[in-house]
Amino acid sequence: MSLILEQMPVVIGALNTGFLQTLKLFLVTLLGAFPLGLVIAFGSMSAFRPLSLVTKLVVWVVRGTPLMIQLLIIYYFPGLVLDNPIWGGGEAGRFLAASTAFIINYACYFSEIYRGGIQGVPAGQEEAGLVLGMTKSQIFWRVKLLQMIKRIVPPMSNEIITLVKDTALARIIALQEIIFAGQSFLKGSHGISGAIWPLFFTAFYYLVFNGVLTLLLGQLEKKLDYFR
Amino acid sequence: MAILEAENICKTFGRTDVLKSIDLSLEKGQVLSVIGSSGSGKTTLLRCLNFLERPDKGVIRVNGETLFDAEDPSGLSEAAIRRKRLHFGLVFQSFNLFPQYTAMENVMLARKLLAAEQPDFKTRKKEILGEIEEQAKKLLDQMGLTNRRDNYPHQLSGGQCQRVAIARALALQPDILCFDEPTSALDPELTGEVLKVIKELADQNMTMIIVTHEMSFARDVADHVIFMDDGVIVEQGDPREVFGSPKEERTRQFLLRY
Repeated sequence: MSLILEQMPVVIGALNTGFLQTLKLFLVTLLGAFPLGLVIAFGSMSAFRPLSLVTKLVVWVVRGTPLMIQLLIIYYFPGLVLDNPIWGGGEAGRFLAASTAFIINYACYFSEIYRGGIQGVPAGQEEAGLVLGMTKSQIFWRVKLLQMIKRIVPPMSNEIITLVKDTALARIIALQEIIFAGQSFLKGSHGISGAIWPLFFTAFYYLVFNGVLTLLLGQLEKKLDYFR
Repeated sequence: MAILEAENICKTFGRTDVLKSIDLSLEKGQVLSVIGSSGSGKTTLLRCLNFLERPDKGVIRVNGETLFDAEDPSGLSEAAIRRKRLHFGLVFQSFNLFPQYTAMENVMLARKLLAAEQPDFKTRKKEILGEIEEQAKKLLDQMGLTNRRDNYPHQLSGGQCQRVAIARALALQPDILCFDEPTSALDPELTGEVLKVIKELADQNMTMIIVTHEMSFARDVADHVIFMDDGVIVEQGDPREVFGSPKEERTRQFLLRY
């Protein structure tokens, strides 16, 4: 027990560093996937058939294969096949590769959620706006947007919670996120080896973070509860 | 002079001729009822007048101004259509109120957006918004919804929703107010309150076109009745004649079901 207390500051320090990387990947993914998902959603709803078909094909492939494989391919393909290691070595390169894979993957999931939200607003809302002399953009911003957001929030919350845990997959290309940090004390690091307890701490970080997110997203959902 | 003239309105969806050369005219202050079975083209006719559908053929004139001419597609830009639409108001069968806005906000939204486009809006903002609010209150009072101003649509009954929708349409002061089966989505005990306000509007000489399945109401409120079947006007005239002694066999068959 006293040994654990002795090791605690070292472990917490390492976990904090790892968690920062996890948090960075999480935020960058959201920041990239929110807008890219919207672009993909409009692509798949396009009246121009070739565009919508290609977009749907991409979404199908990305959603139909494991994120882990996508990570490995995106990280290794440029260097091994194209002889052009665009990601560079080191942690920064791994982070860039991981962010790219996560953004593409999550944008595809988000696009389907957006599509559901957009198509879920009844056509009568647009028609009512039109006969009241509103422009299409007024109808979008003043009438439809909030109704879309209301429809999108619950499924989006699920994806966001899943993303927190999915960031652990970046460990496959040796990104030093929090599980990487926790696991290192199992193998030996900072003079500590064979220690399983840092992994419990690692799990606790996830639990707390997801707890906070669940509360925030729940509050957002509640805020939109004033209309139906 | 007729306030509304529509000539030779034709509309085809795919291979179905929904409207086959419809002619109609309406005097200011008149109420026109359009009756007929589902699929006879009544709703499509209203949607054509409100520019929600574009007729394949025909001309639509309001107050002598040609709003639509299928032969002359110029002047059909989004901005032009927007302006022309304002001659008409449309009350939907399913209300289509904006759920995130209160009754007051529903009534005021479109007028506020239009007012913001006026050149003097910035200097007279307070005054203009005050007027819009006053008008909305008055309209909701008129609809018997004084106590419901701050309610959201989901807190209102179907009949109350439809009355908000009528106030919302009236806020833009259309020349012609159209109703697309305004009571078809309502429980029978709620239709009365909606028909009552429409009747009051008729008494105030509001020009209206009412598509309805409420035969006794149509007979009671209308100055002129049109019976449509299969995309054509089969019979039209004074409601007492059309309902009392229909000349056409198809009209007779239809009325027998009510």
